[in-house]
Amino acid sequence: METSQNKTSNPSLFTPGKMPAEMPIGTRSTSLDERMVNMSGLQTKGIHAWFGSHHVLEDISLDFPSNTVTGLIGPSGCGKSTFLRMLNRMHEFIPSASMAGEVFLDGEEIYAADVDVAAIRLQVGMVFQKPNPFPSMTIAENVLAGIKLANIKVKDKDSLLEECLTRAGLWKEVKDRLKLSGASLSGGQQQRLCIARALAVKPKVLLMDEPCSALDPGSTLKIEDTIHELSDTITVVIVTHNMQQAARVSDYCAFFLSDGHPGRIVEADRTDVVFTSPKDQRTADYVQGRFG
Amino acid sequence: MSVALGAAVSPGRPWLNRRRSFREASAPVAVALVLAAVANLVTGLAGLLGFYLAFVIFFAATSLVFGLRHDKVKAIDKFATAFVVVGFATAFIPWVSILVTLAQKGWPAIYGGYFTNDMSVTGADDDLGMGGLSHAIMGTFLILLVASVIAIPLGILTAAYITEIRGRLSGFVRVMVQSMSGVPSVVAGLFIYATVVSRYQFSGVAGALALAILMLPTIARTAEEVLKLVPEEIRSASYALGASQMATTFRIILPSARSGLITASMLGIARVAGETAPLLLTSFYSAIFSRKLTGEPLASLPMYVFQNFTVGTEHALTRAWGGAFVLLSLILSLFILARFVGGRTNK
Amino acid sequence: MAIAIDSGTASSIERRKISEKRSLGDRVFRRGVTAGALTSFVVMCFIAALLFFRGFEIFRAFGLDFVTTSTWDAADGTIENAKFGVAAMLVGSIVTAVIAMVVAFPFVVASALFLEFYASKKLKFILVSILDLMAAIPSIIYGLWGYLVLMPLAAGWAATINKYLGWIPIFGVEVENFDASPFVSGLVLALMILPIAMSVTREVYSRAPLDQIQAAYALGGSRWGAIRAVVLPFGRSGLVGGMLLGLGRALGETIAVLLTLNLVFEVKFQILASAGGSVASLIASRIGEATPLELKALMAAGLVLFVLTLLVNFGASSIVARAERRVQ
Ligand SMILES: Nc1ncnc2c1ncn2[C@@H]1O[C@H](COP(=O)(O)OP(=O)(O)OP(=O)(O)O)[C@@H](O)[C@H]1O
Ligand SMILES: [Mg+2]
Repeated sequence: METSQNKTSNPSLFTPGKMPAEMPIGTRSTSLDERMVNMSGLQTKGIHAWFGSHHVLEDISLDFPSNTVTGLIGPSGCGKSTFLRMLNRMHEFIPSASMAGEVFLDGEEIYAADVDVAAIRLQVGMVFQKPNPFPSMTIAENVLAGIKLANIKVKDKDSLLEECLTRAGLWKEVKDRLKLSGASLSGGQQQRLCIARALAVKPKVLLMDEPCSALDPGSTLKIEDTIHELSDTITVVIVTHNMQQAARVSDYCAFFLSDGHPGRIVEADRTDVVFTSPKDQRTADYVQGRFG
Repeated sequence: MSVALGAAVSPGRPWLNRRRSFREASAPVAVALVLAAVANLVTGLAGLLGFYLAFVIFFAATSLVFGLRHDKVKAIDKFATAFVVVGFATAFIPWVSILVTLAQKGWPAIYGGYFTNDMSVTGADDDLGMGGLSHAIMGTFLILLVASVIAIPLGILTAAYITEIRGRLSGFVRVMVQSMSGVPSVVAGLFIYATVVSRYQFSGVAGALALAILMLPTIARTAEEVLKLVPEEIRSASYALGASQMATTFRIILPSARSGLITASMLGIARVAGETAPLLLTSFYSAIFSRKLTGEPLASLPMYVFQNFTVGTEHALTRAWGGAFVLLSLILSLFILARFVGGRTNK
Repeated sequence: MAIAIDSGTASSIERRKISEKRSLGDRVFRRGVTAGALTSFVVMCFIAALLFFRGFEIFRAFGLDFVTTSTWDAADGTIENAKFGVAAMLVGSIVTAVIAMVVAFPFVVASALFLEFYASKKLKFILVSILDLMAAIPSIIYGLWGYLVLMPLAAGWAATINKYLGWIPIFGVEVENFDASPFVSGLVLALMILPIAMSVTREVYSRAPLDQIQAAYALGGSRWGAIRAVVLPFGRSGLVGGMLLGLGRALGETIAVLLTLNLVFEVKFQILASAGGSVASLIASRIGEATPLELKALMAAGLVLFVLTLLVNFGASSIVARAERRVQ
């Protein structure tokens, strides 16, 4: 898959370097050209975001091919979280928020009029910056919370529980105290619990907004391992301020910058390219820690 | 900042689909209304209340059914929404009824002389064009005045102790104020009855003392909130000028919180203006206009209502409603005025 | 400047006390304010002491019988022949208050949720202002409305309940008179405690952690799902505290109950029947014609009510305070 033509002055379309695992054909769409539509995974096209009259994101077009990890980097306030939240329609919780552009999940526009928001959020899971397990529930109940919320029928809850906790790298630590409150875990464990919780509803995409910013290096490494393993089956989008982390976990990287303007993409490419031979001087400066 | 696109992008809110959400919200309501109308005609659920009850039941059902067209989660969510909205709306019905009844039934009692005559030469059951509640208004005014003179300074002192002196007893004082606010009004009345009335007579002063007990905690708590809002820098600035604590409190802190304290006082007055039980035990009732606070019973608006209610005949009840109407108007204007004064400070 | 931390010298350094010599005016001022602040304490003590000492003779003569028996008879005014027991009134107070709580509960939850999570910001502001005003309606008006408007309706409802559920003991009646029953009183009280219980509950609900609510939504939960998973568990103690504050109000309510309840000196649990009790209303209704001895009995009853409401309010406010503290 190569760069698609971008009509704006801003060369921002993502340039994925490898083919997605599968290419379903004939998915419905009219507004996009065939090649885009047929791609599985997540695509955004010409995304803008506003808070009131404050224009915070401008013309973001990115592709997130299936089963890859994409890192979003950029200085504080450039709109990474805002962008991430638009991918599972959490943007609309802020009363002043508005947007333009389109987001496609497996070729389906998630902001279309007849789309069921809850169904979208089931397919696009999210892990927040601050661990937020439900304190009123046990560890096991926390993991299965999504199942219950969405009323999904599961035959073998115990094995799902074990599977999710194992994938989140937490099973060994908590298997003897599944009945304890979710709030009784350490911060790093809580964050992995939240990952397990997000995995339990079998999302196609997992969004992570600085998932390690409140954690110690040990927990951070564990979560990075988790992300590696997840990327075999799930598309991961991760916001991080840690350049080493971005380099370690992501296949692709997108560098956002606002610079007094609405945030836009300066450069988006394979991670090794972004880190070793960036095309834009600002990217080079940023990844080497010279500003931001 | 403009984008070099063919067409300018404009912000949109695709998640807000007014027409669709209106359609989705109104469909169950409409169906439930129709069903309720049918039930109203063919079953025992007659009258306005019967119609409403039928509507509530059918609305819960239709919400569930319309939600089930999607899935179970949606159905439960819709049902919960119906419960929440209907629950809130239902809680409002009695209040609307109270206000409407007050206006409807109280209005006939009110005429020009209602505010200038007393009941000294008019019986409770006499025609409505005679007599009035001037005595009750005067009594309520006097009682509230005396109660305020007692309770407002004490309430503000209590608040000032917590925010200015910050003594060791702050926590204790707060707990005391808290528990005092839970004293049943009849107990306050009983206390004054035993200490004052049983020794002297029913009197306006006794009523004022009872109301002061009930007023104090409201004023103290609201005033504490108000004084807490005074910025710490103002205090420091005053002390830095060498002012004493007394001067700081009386010259700087209290004046700068003036309108908040006025609000606190008005809320305190409004809260007790309608108290009946303590007055029944302390100032009781007299049908004659009087400005005497001691030695004889003194009328008041709540007792005027109570008295006429006890007589219970048609005209007396109308008078009771009329008195209630005047009483509530007084209290609500006090409240709104308090809000207005308080609202100005916040800016 | 190098600081050598040497525990030996550190402990030998004596900290200076900052002397707090205040001017005479300030000392007088502080004493005065402190005295003023202690008014509430003094008044509370006076109330308790007075009720206790005036009622002492009754407590001594009747002992526990005062709260376990139900005869109220001043007889010839001598303590030997008189009989005073507030059991029926006490039970009645509790029964009506419990009815009020049960009736108010779903509306408290629904209204608090509606205002916090369903109404728009503007609508919420308007409705909360109106609710604040409703909280100011005096009890005599609730009583008047309860007697003249609600009672005829509620008696009809009671008759219906009795017709279909009369086989359940609490819904049974001996005589088919449904006026002035604990049920009617309870409905009026439910309405009266709604604003306070609602505003406390709403306050606690509004502090439910937003990040957890968002997590519930991000898992594909519906609005109700988020409320069930996060808001209700979080707000449980606030709800309990709000309801208890309402209970305290309901127990102490006098006039509205006096107007809508038929006081009968007999312990009864038939909530639809035209017979009930209330300590507060007992005091208000008897004091006018009370003999000196009966007056003492009323003081004793007042003490019982005072202690009961104090306990309930204390429990309520500590629960609410803890619920609110937990958030910070
Ligand atoms: N709820 C909101 N209301 C108004 N403006 C907001 C809101 N949230 C974010 N913004 C604004 O949008 C811009 C982008 O914010 P965003 O949180 O997306 O940045 P970010 O890149 O995630 O920053 P960080 O790295 O610090 O998390 C900022 O200028 C911010 O002030
Ligand atoms: Mg962010």
